Parts: sequence; structure tokens; C-alpha cells
Amino acid sequence: MSQSTIHATLLWVVRRDLTLAMRRRSDVTTTLFFFVIVVSLFPFGVGPELNMLRSMAPGVVWVSALLASMLSLNLLFHSDYIDGTLEQMLLIPQPLSVVVIGKVIGHWLVSGVPLVLIAPLLGLQYDLPGETLLVLAGSLLLGTPVLSLVGAIGAALTLGLRGGGVLLSLLVLPLYIPVLIFGAGAVEASLAGMGVQAYFSLLGAVLIVSIFFAPWATAFALRVSLE
Amino acid sequence: MSVDKINWFKYAAPANFYPLAGKLIPWFAVAAAMLFAVGLYIGFVVAPTDFQQGEAYRIIYIHVPAAWMSMLLYLLMAGYAGLGLIFNARLSSMMAQALATTGALFTFIALWTGALWGKPMWGTWWVWDARLTSTLILLFLYIGFISLQAAIDDPRRADRGGAILALVGAINVPIIYFSVKWWNTLHQGASIRLMEKPSIAPIMLAGMLVMVGACWMYSIAVVLSRVRCIILERERHAPWVLELLESKR
Repeated sequence: MSQSTIHATLLWVVRRDLTLAMRRRSDVTTTLFFFVIVVSLFPFGVGPELNMLRSMAPGVVWVSALLASMLSLNLLFHSDYIDGTLEQMLLIPQPLSVVVIGKVIGHWLVSGVPLVLIAPLLGLQYDLPGETLLVLAGSLLLGTPVLSLVGAIGAALTLGLRGGGVLLSLLVLPLYIPVLIFGAGAVEASLAGMGVQAYFSLLGAVLIVSIFFAPWATAFALRVSLE
Repeated sequence: MSVDKINWFKYAAPANFYPLAGKLIPWFAVAAAMLFAVGLYIGFVVAPTDFQQGEAYRIIYIHVPAAWMSMLLYLLMAGYAGLGLIFNARLSSMMAQALATTGALFTFIALWTGALWGKPMWGTWWVWDARLTSTLILLFLYIGFISLQAAIDDPRRADRGGAILALVGAINVPIIYFSVKWWNTLHQGASIRLMEKPSIAPIMLAGMLVMVGACWMYSIAVVLSRVRCIILERERHAPWVLELLESKR
């Protein structure tokens, strides 16, 4: 199979998913506003003291990003599963993992990138200094693709199941823990004035491992779920 | 089936494995009971009181074996699930399903006894120590596996979906363990370590090893009887099960 057809397939899937997302913008904005609201809720729970909020910010923003990303996972395959498109995608001659990569990229562009862009603004609510805001956005930039990639496995496994959404959180959240640790760790290290390179390296390593394995596992899970 | 070769896969068929498991269960159950009796006797009577930790240390006789079993059973479960996925062997998937519950039970026991031990030793039920935290995550992974299998009605899909999840979890366990370890050490320099005791006395070690053996025997007996139930449930329309039920009647 030539390289160009794979590229063409990948681009086709990404473009298709982006077009669909743009036609139903409310799905995308709902995820984003969920993120904003959850992050803004914490001060009501713990009090407005800025010193405490500053030390909590990395964890709060990252956990909220995890939840937002997890809740948006049903955008990944669900509607295609309902209308039968997914079954047709299984039949195309290109490897299914290419389709999966395309869908994950599309999902990340509409659900991950907005989180990365809005996070510095939310960091301001928590009085994070300027450099730390950059680190926060950077850690999310490296971490959110992992959330989409790993989440895709769970989304494929729970396709069409009763109570799929809650079950999905049960499957996926434990697998998100390393990303949470390294992502929030980077922001915390930056707050403490320490180097963040180690965290970014680890996040990058996790990203590479998941790019390597997750599409393959997702493709396999899709075949299991749709057979 | 050719007669001049041993059929290595005879017991991979649920119909053949079911009676074999039935014969093996009593042996493992008796071995478990005896080893538990010996291990608890050593643990409560023979082993001396620890001069640092007093009597409370005796909980390690169940805590350490349970912690070992929790990890080993996860690997075993993932291994069986993987076998079932690769070779399409029904029995392997059933074994994985049977192992999950016992594994989750041991993980829970390890956490619970750890908390009971932590209260008098560290003055708190829970610390975010790397080992405790990764055991907790292991429990979550078990629960995820069990819930996924329970949510899927079609047993073939449940087996294969569960297998993918178990294997992804198995790849993740070391990543999670090390990330939690670094997280903990990066956060708070010197935390309490579970295993840094003064060198353990031979009799204590013996008691612990006997208890480990007891837990193994118990796990095998329980898993075999659970897998027998699963076999009956899944093969209930197979002729041999109907015959078996007829003969029991």
C-alpha cells in the first residue's frame, strides 16, 4: 500500500471529523465550558485565599482537564457508531489504526486544543505567575493528546454498552493517572522555581508510547465491539 | 484425535476441564486450610513479638501475602486474557474472569489490613505512599475489568474487550507504579516506607511464606470453583452440560 493513500485517508478522516464538529459547535463548546466551570467551582469550595489557590491550581486545572477530556470521549465514535459510518470505516482497505489516528487527531483538535488555549486564562483566576501559565499550557499541550489516545481505547471498548459513559470513566481514569502526575508536577515544579524539563520529557515519553500503542489497541477494540 | 500423540490440549476444552477442576478443588481446599492453620499458628503463637512494632506487626502475615497475590493475580489474569485473545481459547478467558474477583478481593484485603496496620504504626489510616497508592490504582483496574465484563452481554465480546483492557492495564501498571513513586518522592522527601524493617527473623519469614502458600492454595481452589460455575453458565446449552444435569437429577 502506498504511503500517499495512507496520508490521504488520514487527512480525509481528520477533515471529515472537523467538518462534523464545526457543524455541531455546541458539542465542542460544552466541553470547554465544562472545563471552565469545574475549575471555577473549586474556590467556592475551599475559600478565596490566593496562597492556597495558587498551590492547588496545578492539580485543579489538570483534574478538570482530565474530566473534560473524558466527558468528550463519546464524541469520538458514538455518532458514527449509531448511524453505521463506523462499520463502513472498518471496511476501507487502509489499516483501521490510520482511521483511528485521524479520529483521535480530530478529537484532540476540537476538545484538547481549546483546553490548552483557555487554561492560561483560568490560571490567572488562581493567581499563577506568567511563566507558570506558559508551563501549564505546555504541559496540557503534551498531555491532552495522551488523554485522547488512551481514552479512545476506552471509548472503543464501551461502544454501544449500557451505561457506557459511567463505565468509560471507570476504565479510563486510572489510566490517566501518570499524565496527571507528570502534567500537574510540571506546573508545581515551575511554581516552586524548579526545572520543568524532566516532567516535559516524561510527558513526551508517555505521548510517544501512547501514539505507538493506543491506535492499534483502539482499532482492535473497535473490531471486537463491532463484530 | 490421533492416538499416537498425547493430546496436550485435552483440558483446554471446558467439557474436559470441568470434571478435572472438580477433582482438584478438594485437594487445594484442604491444602489451603492446613497451610492457613500452620501459618496462623506460627504467626500468632510461635513468632515472637517485634521489639519495635509490638503485637501489631502480626498483621503482615495476611497483609504481605495479600499484597503479593494482588499483583501476581493481575498478571496471571492478563496472561490468561491474552491467551484467550490470541488463541481464541474460551477456557482461558473464563479463567481470566474467575481470577479477577479473587484478585480484587486480595487487593482490597491488602489495602484494608494496611490501613489497620498503619493506624497504630504511623498514626494514620492512609498515607499517599507510592506502594499504597499503586495498590489502590490496581484495585481500580480490577474494578474496571470486572465492570466492563459485567456490562457486556455477549460473552465473546466480554472476553475479548476485557482482554484488551487487561493487557492495556498490564502495560500501564509499571508506568503507574513508577510515576506514583516519583510523584511521591518529588513531593515529600522522606515518607514512610512499608518494607524498611530491621531484618526479619527467620521464624517470621517462615510464617509469612506459609501464609503465602495458603493464599495460593486458597486462590486456586476458589478460582477453580468459580470457573466451574462460569463454564456451566456459558455452556448451559452444550450437550455435555445437559447430560451432566440429567445424571445429577
